[in-house]
Amino acid sequence: MATAANPWGTQAPATPPNNDWLINDSNSKVLHHFDWLNPFDGTLVPFDKWVEHALNWTVENFRGVFQAIRVPVDGTLSLLENFFQAIPPTVFIVLMALLAWQIAGKKLAFGTFVSLVIIGLIGAWSEMMVTLSLVFTSVIFCMIIGLPLGIWIARSDRASSIIRPILDAMQTTPAFVYLVPVVMLFGIGNVPGVVVTIIFALPPLIRLTNLGIRQVPEDLIEVSQSFGASPWQMLFRVQLPVAMPTIMAGINQTLMLSLSMVVFASMIAVGGLGQMVLRGIGRLDMGLAAVGGLGIVLLAVVLDRMTQALGLREKVMHRQRIKWYKKGPIGLLYTITCQKEKK
Amino acid sequence: MREVIIEVKNIYKIFGDAPKKALALLKKGVTKDEIFRRTSQTIGIYDASFEIYKGEIFVIMGLSGSGKSTMVRLMNRLIEPTSGQVYLDGDEITAMSQSELRKSRREKISMVFQSFALMPHMNVIDNVAFGLELGGMKKNERYEKALNALEQVGLKDYSFSYPDELSGGMQQRVGLARALANDPRVLLMDEAFSALDPLIRAEMQDELLKLQAEHERTIVFISHDLDEAMKLGDRIAIMQGGVVVQIGTPDEILKNPVNDYVRSFFRGVNVGGIMTARDIASLQQVTIIQKDGNGTLAALQTLHEHDREFGYIVDKKRKYLGVVSVDSLKAKPKRDSIDLAFIKEVEPVLETTYLNDLMGAVAKSPCAVPVVNEQGKYVGAISKAALLESLDYNWEEEE
Ligand SMILES: Nc1ncnc2c1ncn2[C@@H]1O[C@H](COP(=O)(O)OP(=O)(O)OP(=O)(O)O)[C@@H](O)[C@H]1O
Ligand SMILES: [Mg+2]
Repeated sequence: MATAANPWGTQAPATPPNNDWLINDSNSKVLHHFDWLNPFDGTLVPFDKWVEHALNWTVENFRGVFQAIRVPVDGTLSLLENFFQAIPPTVFIVLMALLAWQIAGKKLAFGTFVSLVIIGLIGAWSEMMVTLSLVFTSVIFCMIIGLPLGIWIARSDRASSIIRPILDAMQTTPAFVYLVPVVMLFGIGNVPGVVVTIIFALPPLIRLTNLGIRQVPEDLIEVSQSFGASPWQMLFRVQLPVAMPTIMAGINQTLMLSLSMVVFASMIAVGGLGQMVLRGIGRLDMGLAAVGGLGIVLLAVVLDRMTQALGLREKVMHRQRIKWYKKGPIGLLYTITCQKEKK
Repeated sequence: MREVIIEVKNIYKIFGDAPKKALALLKKGVTKDEIFRRTSQTIGIYDASFEIYKGEIFVIMGLSGSGKSTMVRLMNRLIEPTSGQVYLDGDEITAMSQSELRKSRREKISMVFQSFALMPHMNVIDNVAFGLELGGMKKNERYEKALNALEQVGLKDYSFSYPDELSGGMQQRVGLARALANDPRVLLMDEAFSALDPLIRAEMQDELLKLQAEHERTIVFISHDLDEAMKLGDRIAIMQGGVVVQIGTPDEILKNPVNDYVRSFFRGVNVGGIMTARDIASLQQVTIIQKDGNGTLAALQTLHEHDREFGYIVDKKRKYLGVVSVDSLKAKPKRDSIDLAFIKEVEPVLETTYLNDLMGAVAKSPCAVPVVNEQGKYVGAISKAALLESLDYNWEEEE
């Protein structure tokens, strides 16, 4: 405890060896020779110590809470990981290509196919699956937390004024700063990796959900009110559907940011493509690092294009008035079965 | 007395966070602009009280910022009044709980918006059925009603289009159908036709009148356009700086404007469709000859006395008989009955004829056109000069 409170004690001769931060006599000493022209010579407010103590206190008293948070995250993560690892690569590639065809078109289907095959060929397949499960877990939890929060701050200015600075902090604080506390609270491994990723990737989803809902034209709100919409009807029939493209952009951002965290998260023993990069750099094995890097880039491009297409899909559908089941591979299947029935 | 459907009672609406201060100043007689300068409170509505009758088209007019939108939004409580009450069908809208209010809005009062405000993510039929859906109606049932409403506005074929695929006029008709689908007692229309081009606009006005004739519905209609107000309105309310300054039928307001503001509204208005022959028929300027036993000579003498070219012949009960001229009288023998000297081309017009429909007759007639009432009694005559003058009427000159 004592060493934890002052781990840099050796290199700070200015700080007295006294460990009790509350009755720190260094303060009285400084006050004694207080120089009005140079008031900031010594630390008057021991913010660093406070944080440390608060953290230690939290770790000691709330371990149970954090262990409880681990459970759903861990559960989702291992479920997804087992699932992804269990799918044979060939099946996975074909399914992903078909999915891309369905939501975007043949061009993206081809791109997806090629990208995934390349990842497999350079030997990063199983790492990609780990990364994928990590990223998906993070996105799922971001949505569970971010959508309601975004909706809430869109409806209440007071909530907005409280949450927004927190979001600012989450986005500007370097990940290194909260990496250590998160490890202290959750231990090492995949779960803190997901938590760190969530902290980093959550803000844009909240912001864009908020923005999307606040941008719903005033006259649509008025129309809904004038026809007697309840607050829930207003939210689900008007605000969310109209805000959907913006919310989808938020989900896309969250996904991309989650992916960009994989290298960083691997510092706390999270596996996957990030680990490859990190290990490669550590051993000066540039080949290994490049394999990991290429895998991340290809995966990012595929996921980005697919989620973007998902955001645009509705609009495209409206214009062409084609139902989703009449497009892409499902459309093909649909017409084939229909023809058979006719015969 | 006619049945009242909406009653507005001592409504005040002040926008801002210190309405009391503004209200106190208002009562002292400080002007709206001055209050805004001093307290940055805006007067939306100042002490409005009036009634709207069942089945009428009630038009609200006024310059921009005079509080028209505020007024209709108070009627379905999209805006809360600072003080005062609004009654809809006997129920006090301004005192309802949220759920009662929702029920009233779903069942009794619908609104058509100037900006169309269709849901971009819904197709036309879902848009039209929106109000019914909020009320929890089953899909089949509400689609049936929505189709019915779409048929009324002639857009049934576009049921499954999306709003952005329709022209402005069509979108506005969807907006109208959406309000009609609920089959409301009261329809509020806030400058519903302002964004439309003149042709579609006239078409929509006719459509509205047609719908109004089919179902007796109360319509509160905001308009900037006097001709529109005259065409649609059973009664018109004129607003000035948040105050309702005059309410009445178009005719009443036209003939007795309470102040210069109201009068200025009617400047340049096409009176031909509002004023009738009776309004401008003159009893002077012509010589009226009562038919007696005497022949054409007596009539000729009277005309000479008055130094007039034409004479209008009536019987003892002032029933109009015909017109004679000096020439037509001279052409006949002295003792002939006066009837034989009537000028054939001159036909009397009914006093209820609008000036617009009078022009042909007046232009063709060699003399001032006689005007008669339903019973055939002579009420006056209209000369070319008189007609032209009244069509070019400058309302500000009348004092
Ligand atoms: N939400 C609001 N907050 C503050 N002031 C408002 C608000 N709504 C309206 N006002 C003010 O109330 C007054 C009346 O506005 P209103 O919209 O009723 O005018 P209007 O007669 O409908 O004008 P227009 O013909 O331009 O639509 C204006 O001075 C306006 O500035
Ligand atoms: Mg307005």
